[in-house]
This record gives sequence, C-alpha cells and structure tokens, in this order.
Amino acid sequence: MTVTTDPTAATSGTRMDSGETIGAMATIRLGMKYSPELREGLRATLVLAVLASCGQIVVPIAVQQTLDRGLNAPGGPRLDYVLWMGVLAALAIAVTSWASYLMTARLFTTSERGLATLRTKAFRHVHDLPLLTQNTERRGALVSRVTSDVDQVSQFLVFGGLIFVVSIGQMLVATVLMVVYSWQLALVVWLAFAPLFVSIRWFQRKLSAAYTVVRRQVGVLLGAISEPVVGAAVVRTYGVEARTQERIDTAIQDWQDAYTHAQTYTVTSFSLGGLSAGLANAGVIVIGVLLGFTGDMTPGKVLAFAFLVTLFVGPVQMGTQILTDAQNAIASWRRVLGILETPADLVDPGPDGEVLPRGPIDVRFADVGFSYPDGPPVLREIDLTIGAGTRVAIVGETGSGKSTFAKLLTRLMDPVDGAVLLDGVDVRRIDARSLRRSVVLVPQEGFLFDDTIAANVRYGRLDASEDEIRASAVELGVDDWLAALPKGLHTQVGQRGESLSAGERQLVALLRAHLADPDLLVLDEATSAVDPALEMQIGRALERLMQSRTSVTIAHRLSTAESADEVIVVDKGRVVQRGPHSELVTQAGSVYAGLHASWVSQHSRA
Amino acid sequence: MGTDAGLRGTTTRDGFRVLWVGIKREPRVFTIATLGAVLFGVLTVADAWVLGWSTEHVLIPAFETGEVRTSLLVWVVALFMGVAILRAVGIVARRLGGGIMYYRMQSHTRRGVTRQYLTLPMEWHQRHPTGQLLSNASSDIEAAWSPIMPLPMALGTVVMMVIAVVQMFVADVVMALVGLLVFPAVVGVNLLYQHYSSPLMTRAQGLRAEVSEIAHESFDGAMVVKTLGREVEETDRFRAKAHELRDVNIRAGRIRAVFDPALASLPNLGVLVVLAVGVSRVASGATEPGDVVTVAYLLTIVSFPIRAIGWLLGEFPRSVVGYRRAKAVLDATGSMEFGDDRLPPSTTGALLEVDDLHYSYDPDAPLLRGVDFDVQPGRTVALVGATASGKSTLTSLMTRLVDPDSGVIRVDGHDVKGLRKGELPRAVALVPQTAFMFDDTVRGNVTLGADVLDADVWAALRTAQADGFVAALPEGLDTRLGERGTSLSGGQRQRLSLARALVRRPRLLILDDATSAVDPEVEARILASLRDDRDGGAAASLVVVAYRKATISLADEVVHLDAGRVVGRGTHADLLDSSPAYAQLVNAYETDADAPGGRA
Repeated sequence: MTVTTDPTAATSGTRMDSGETIGAMATIRLGMKYSPELREGLRATLVLAVLASCGQIVVPIAVQQTLDRGLNAPGGPRLDYVLWMGVLAALAIAVTSWASYLMTARLFTTSERGLATLRTKAFRHVHDLPLLTQNTERRGALVSRVTSDVDQVSQFLVFGGLIFVVSIGQMLVATVLMVVYSWQLALVVWLAFAPLFVSIRWFQRKLSAAYTVVRRQVGVLLGAISEPVVGAAVVRTYGVEARTQERIDTAIQDWQDAYTHAQTYTVTSFSLGGLSAGLANAGVIVIGVLLGFTGDMTPGKVLAFAFLVTLFVGPVQMGTQILTDAQNAIASWRRVLGILETPADLVDPGPDGEVLPRGPIDVRFADVGFSYPDGPPVLREIDLTIGAGTRVAIVGETGSGKSTFAKLLTRLMDPVDGAVLLDGVDVRRIDARSLRRSVVLVPQEGFLFDDTIAANVRYGRLDASEDEIRASAVELGVDDWLAALPKGLHTQVGQRGESLSAGERQLVALLRAHLADPDLLVLDEATSAVDPALEMQIGRALERLMQSRTSVTIAHRLSTAESADEVIVVDKGRVVQRGPHSELVTQAGSVYAGLHASWVSQHSRA
Repeated sequence: MGTDAGLRGTTTRDGFRVLWVGIKREPRVFTIATLGAVLFGVLTVADAWVLGWSTEHVLIPAFETGEVRTSLLVWVVALFMGVAILRAVGIVARRLGGGIMYYRMQSHTRRGVTRQYLTLPMEWHQRHPTGQLLSNASSDIEAAWSPIMPLPMALGTVVMMVIAVVQMFVADVVMALVGLLVFPAVVGVNLLYQHYSSPLMTRAQGLRAEVSEIAHESFDGAMVVKTLGREVEETDRFRAKAHELRDVNIRAGRIRAVFDPALASLPNLGVLVVLAVGVSRVASGATEPGDVVTVAYLLTIVSFPIRAIGWLLGEFPRSVVGYRRAKAVLDATGSMEFGDDRLPPSTTGALLEVDDLHYSYDPDAPLLRGVDFDVQPGRTVALVGATASGKSTLTSLMTRLVDPDSGVIRVDGHDVKGLRKGELPRAVALVPQTAFMFDDTVRGNVTLGADVLDADVWAALRTAQADGFVAALPEGLDTRLGERGTSLSGGQRQRLSLARALVRRPRLLILDDATSAVDPEVEARILASLRDDRDGGAAASLVVVAYRKATISLADEVVHLDAGRVVGRGTHADLLDSSPAYAQLVNAYETDADAPGGRA
C-alpha cells in the first residue's frame, strides 16, 4: 500500500516519473523526440523570424537618415530624399510583415500539431501504465499533465520559444548596429544592462521555487473545493460544514499567498529592465555629447542611438519575461514527458504476441509470488491449475490475497516470481487485444461512464445492438430491473454512474461483461451490493452461461463457493485448501470450515 | 450579423459590469494598481519628453557650440534616472496590484461559491453534475476575473494616450493630427482582431474543458478500460477532441499571424508619414527638428501599450461566461431551512418516527409512496428490500439530506425540520454504502475535527475492526489518506467510515449496507462489537439496511420495503412465516444451497 505521508507534498508517494531530473535542454530535446512535428521546417521558420525581426530596425534607421541627410542636410531640408526613403522603408515594413505572418502561422501549426501528438501519446501511456502506478497518482494531477501542462508548453512554444531566440537575435543585431554607430556608446548600453543580466539567474532560481509552491497549492486547492461537492452527503450528515469551510479557506489563502509571492519576483525582475533602460538612455546622451567633442559623433547618430536603445530594451524585456514563463513551461513539459518516461511494465508484445484460440481457457499459476514494491509478500508460491471449463471460487479473509490473485490472472499486474499461463502461454507473451478479448474481470466497484446504460453496456462489445443488449439482460435475469427504470436502456447513469445505486452499477458492469462474451470470466465480489434474491438469480444464470467457459469467482458469500466445481482457499498469501465444497467443509479445524461456520451462523434461520 | 453585433455590445457592457463588481470589492488595491499604471503611462511619455528636452537643450547646442555645462549633463542623468525609477515604481504598483486584485477576487468568489455548496440543499447538488460544480469553483472563477490583470494597464494606457496627444499638439498641430490617425487605426484593427479571434478563443476554452473531462473520466475508469482492453478506443475518443482543439488553436493562430504584424506596422508607417510631413514643416520653418523627434518617438512608444486595451476587451467573452456560471451558484437559493428546537440532553437511544413519507426525484417514478414505521429508543430496526426499493432514499430522508414531498420524520417527538442547524447530526449518524474519505489523516477522517481523545478514536476503530490495519500504517493515526482515500481498499474505507460514526456516540446510528465490502468474518466481529457496545453503555437506536441474515436477525424488528412502500413489519421470524416475498428475498442463499447440498 502506498500512502501519502508528507502533509505538504501533494504528490509524494507517487510512482510516476516527475521528470524533475531532466535538465532544461534535455527536456527540449526529449520533447522534440516525442513531437517530431516540432522539427518540421524549423530552419525556414527561424529564417522568417529573423527577417520579421528586421522590421523593428527599419524605423530607427529611417529616423536617423531623415535627421542626418534630410533634415540637417547641407543646404536645408531635402523633402524628396525623405519621401523616397519613406517609400523604401514602407516597402521594407511590408516585406518584414509578410515574413512575420508566415512565421507566426507556421509556428502555430507545427506547435499545435506537435503538442496534440504529445498529448495523445501521454494519454495513451497513462492507460498503459500498471494499475499500481495509476493508483499512486492523484487523478487531478494525472489529468493536468495531459491538459493544462500541455497548454502551458503550447503557450511557451508559440509565444516564447522562438520569440526568445529571435529576441536574442534582435539583441545581437541591435548590438552590432550600435557598435557600427559607436562602439563606445554600445559599451555604455551593455554596462547599463549588466546588473540585469547578472541577476537573471538568481531570479530564475527564486521563481522556480516559488512556482513549485504555486503548483502544489493549486493541487491542494482543487482537492479542497472538491470536498463539499463530492462529499456533500457526508459533510451534511455529520454537520461538519464549518470545518470543511475552514479547510477550504485555508487552501484558498495558501493558494493566494503562493501566487502573490511568485508574482512579487516576476514583477521585480521585470521592473529592473526599466531601470537599466533609463541608465542606458542617460549614458548615451551624456557620453554621446562628450564624444561629440572628439569629433566622431553627430546629433543624428546620438538620436538614432537613443532609438537603438529602445530596440535593445524591447527584446531584453521580452527575453526576461519569456525566461520567467519558461520556468513554468519547461517544468510542465517535464511533467508531460515524465509520463512517457515512466516504464509501462505491462508491455504488450504486440503483433509478435500469441493469440489465444477461442474456447474455454485453461489457467496455470506456476510458482507465482507477488509483493508490492517495498511491501511484504502478498502471494507466495502459488502453484495450481484450473482446468478449462471449470467454475472455481476463491475464498479467504480480507487481506488474504484474493484480489491480487484476480489481478494477476487478468494481467492487471505481473507477478514478481513465477508466471501465469493461459492455455499454456505466459500472459506476458499474449497479444494484449487477444488477452482482453478472451479474459474479462468484473471488479467490485464497477466504474460507469457518464452516458446511458446502453452505452456503458456496449463498452463490453462495441457493435452490440440494443436487441442484443436486451437479450443479454434476459439471459442474466436482470430484464425486470431494466424494465422498471423510467427510461430503460436510455437511462443516464451520471458521473461515475452515481445516479444509480451501488447494486445497480454492479448489474450494469455484469451485463457489460456478459456481452463481452469472454472465455475466462473473473468476478471479484461483483454482486456484493445486490440483494440476495437477485444475486442468487444472477448466480444461477451465470452458472448456466459459464458452461462453455472457465470462471473464477472471488466471493465472500459462501453460497457462491457451495455451487462451484472447486473451491480454492487462500490464507495469508498461500493456497491452504482445494477441492469441492462438500469435501472441504468436512475437514474439521480447517480455514474453510471456519469460514463456513461463520457464514452459516450469519445466514441460518434466527 | 445584426444580432451578433448586438450580442457583442452586450458582452462588452457585461464585461465592464463584471469589472465594476471587482472594483467595488477591492477599491484600494484597484486604486493603487491604477495609479501605478497612470504613473507608468505618464512617465513613458515623460521619457520622450526628456529625450526631446535633451536633444533641444543639450545635444544640439553642444554640437553647435562645441561645449556643454556639466550641470546640464547631471540634469540629463537625473531626469532619465528619475523617470526610470518612478516608472519602475509604477510597474511594481500596476502589476503587483493587478495580480493581487486578481487573486483576491478569485478567493472572494471561491469562498462564496464553496459556502453555497455547503449551505445549498442536497437536492440542489443532485440536480447539478459534479464536474460542473467543480469547474464552477475553479476554472469559471479564473475566467471571470481574468480581465483584472490587464485592467490597470489598459486604464493607464488611456491616460497615456491623452497625455501623448496633448504633447503632440503642443509640439506641432499638423504632425499631431497625422499622428492622431494612428491611434484610432490601432484601436480599430484591434477591435477587428477581437471580433475574429474571440469566438475561436471561447471555443478553444470549451474544448479544453471537454478534453479535460474525457481525460478525467477515462483515468477514473482506468481499470475498466484496462480489463476490457479499450485503450485504443479511449485514445481515439481523446484524440478526436485533442485534434479539434488543435485545429481551433491553429485557426486562431493564423488570425493572430495576420493581425500581429498589421498592428506592429501601423505606428511604424505613422512615424514615416510624420517624418515626411515634419521635414516639410521644418523646411517651411513651421516647426523645429526637436518637435519632429518628439512626435515620432511618442508614436512609437504609445502604440504598443494601446494593445493592452485589446487584451482587456479580448478577455471579456470568457469572463462574462465564467462570471455568469459562478453567479448562478452564488445566486442559487433554497437553502435548507432550520428551526430553533433543541433535542433534550439525553444519553439513551433516540426515538424515531417516520410518518407517511412520500418522495420522488422524478415525478414519473416516485421513490417512496407513504412509508410509516418507528424505532423505539435503544431498539434495532432492519430495513430490508430488493435492489432499488427505496432503502437508501429513506436513509437520506432520516438524516435530512433531503426533505420529503410530504410526511414527517420525528426524532424524540421533534419534527426534524424544526430542529436548529447542527442538532440532528449530533444525535444521528449515517454510514453510507459508499464511504467518502477526506484528503486528511486517519485521525482527521475519523474525528472530522471534533475534539476527541486518541483513546476514543482507537476504541471506535476497534469496534469497526479497523484498528489492525490502521496500526499497520506507516504513521498510524497520522497517516494521510490522499485524495478520496484511494490508497485504501473498499472494505478499509467502509470500516473507517463506520468508526467515524461510532466515535461521535450517536443516539441513532443508521448503517446503509455499510459493511457490503467487508468479509463475513469481519462483519460478524463488527456486529458483535456493536452489540457489546450497546450492552455496555447507553444503547443507541440502530437502523440497518441489510441483506445478511446475521445482520437482520440482530434486529428487534424488520421493515420490509418494496417499490417505495412498507409491505411488511414485524420480527424476522414473523415475516418469514407471513410473507412469502420476504422469505424469498432473505432466504435466497439458503434455498439455493439447500437444493443441491442440503445441510443441517
């Protein structure tokens, strides 16, 4: 059992790769690997980006030319020169705008395509993860990895990634231009910005830490606000409204504090850029004037420089901002990639896998042992065969390992030792589709999708017609129940099937399994919430329907065991008894005799 | 098209209304943020003025005369730095203020919405899907207040524009008029951009929610997906939505690709025109070169922030929809009414009287049709009935989760509707069929914040047969259970839920098939403990919904429910004799086992 022990860490105890060990550049490389679309035409897009960014220097150059050659031309202002230059500049703006259009459109297309691929791959991988790993992760956290985390990356790729590269390009172009105009003034500008550049790393660290807290608090907040909704009944029956509100209020306050804290760093780092810009402007004018006395400076040059400084400041501010967002985006990207990097240890052999022939399946547990990671053994040295076509009941106390047995049999988990064989083939070598086609497990809590009963039943066989579903209901003996529902098969079951009672949910799950027509049916306390009369009725129906199949039933109602061909008694992870009910019950002092005596005492006539 | 424009007008108006709600709620932070934005705006313009002043008074004269006074250079530095520092202050006030206001408004609304969730009656909850309520309290609130972030910036921009325009007019009327054409053009193009992109943004927002719902449901049902091998179909379902979202995003991106460069070029083209006009004005002696620089510079620096107005308006459609959804919760009425009655202090079992109850959720399918029975103090009554006969509905009426359409439930002679708030939960505890666990420690889940000694917690756990596995947890009572207690098995959750009820020493305990996920062995021990407990101290009254005969036989009386009606009352033995339907229901296991085996 994995239990969260650290009250502050919402996701501790997770078995999911957080991706936190992947470095920033490695994250981008890995991201490109999973979304090959991102690479497509990247070079051309980059060229377009550089061209587009040139649009920003058109105007400063035009201003400088106008001042020096048009306005202050020897012999008075020259209007014709200014006009021609204006036309030329307008043309340049048109060209660079076109480049900008192409760049943005391409960027959106490749990023969104790449991320849709990433999202889908990650989604699929979650389903390929072992049940154990899935259960250690909060549902919300898992969902956010394929939703908001991907959106975060998308924002970054579209508005950040390339623009960051371009910003750096612009900074360099501006620097080169500045050096061409005056290396001294260029030096002044760089010196003015030096403190900002030095402080960026420090801010990055602070921001990264602050946003880690933000994310955690978002998780806590979402959990807290779900309690008055999901636990509405408990909160009311126990009159703990005040306490629940207190917990929510705390979560809200912590969330707000975390965000405010992070925002403080963002704002401070952003405002520093403005100070550097002021310093640079003052420096340019003062040093420019002083340089003027040495003769290699004109007023036009100084003014053009002032414009160049804005050209430099823009990308710097933009770059700082993007670096801030990048912290978040890279962290998000890591989390998405973390899913894909978590090994799916239930590897599907795929097309190389063996396909089970149809017909009753013969089961063999060859010296099977199982334990959860870092846990004590749950099953030990299980070595048994269940013949094709037999009906077996597994009984034992809570915690004896019955459910684990069912999970290994249906390959929801793989054994730590030994092997589970179906028709003589190790389940790990059976093609996943074939396995799921032939083997079906009905768990105790049958999950239903927010749809109609018909749609949920059809999940067992996608092409089943309504008549076939009705026929199955008749076969299973639940047609009366179905007919009593106001909308019959078209009844909406609500989220997780919550509009139905627990017993009704189990009926839908059974119907679904029956329609799937498996060769090996495993029932894990599948009728525990159904009334006895109906349960017995279903039990008899299943008995009839299971004649040409193998069935394994895990039951705490020993009536099931009584009618099975064979009973397997599990105690403390070992098989302690086997045989038909009539034989086991006579073995005085045995585990089964004890279980049975207790059962009888509860159900005998009072 | 006409209605579309009308709708847009309404959205803008409603958007401002939402903002006004925020401004009224947080006037101080709003004022600080807006002042910061105005300061920023003024100083951005001042920057241009400082540059113009420096050109006029320092730069040009210095080059013309070949000398400069040091004091003037000091002035240049002081002016530039002064402006920069004040502007930094403005940025901090604007952005931090905007952020704080945004977070605070979210917090206010979230507190309000969750308070509603806690006060609104259970019927209201049943009418609203869980997913909707969760997003009402999270993403809808976020969307509702999203325009607050760009709000101060937009207001500051307006101030900045006014100042810039005045300054341009002071510098040169003709150039100012030329420049003035740029602002409305930028605003106009921006509005056009919003017109094309905001429907797509809204659509993308909706699709994001759908993608998230699919993922949530699919991961919730991971076990079913796995056991039936439906990974491919689930992935297809997810992919279809993800691709729809992708395509909308790409379309929105293409629109942005058109408008981004257009918006960037407008001021640039404006500067070029100003230059041409300016040069001709300088040539004719109508203006000074410094003025040309000032106007050109003003245009460049003001044009970019103008887009903040666009960002603000762009958030409106999302904001209005989000606000409406949250407001629907805030405005929902029909909280459960409570009276002033108190139950007399007592430590003995409560008397429960159920009188002619009718209840229906769907009028076509009444769930309860005139239910009558009573539980005398200290007695145990078993509710027995087939699947879907109305037993669980009855338990939620007895705990006043819902009120009946007609009929009365009395505890110790008091109509439960007349009891003051909190009075019923002190006397009555329900253990539901499906246990709900809070994201809290084991102790927190059992005590639910009540001041209870650890010894009493352990005692309750012992009675519920949960002490064994709790003791084995890494941190015992302090072990956190995680979201909805998924780290525990169904049976373990049920036993904790039972301990939660027991620790409060209720005078009426209702068990709604609360041990269905527990083995018979364990269940037998729990029932025995309950009995011991009752014998030891004050005997609580007990209502059990049960199928197992051991449970039923423990009852002093059985109430047999069928299709929302009481069809039989009496002892288990009486009912077995008098009612074939009852006998068939509870003897199912025996008759079945008797047939093949036949046992003593």
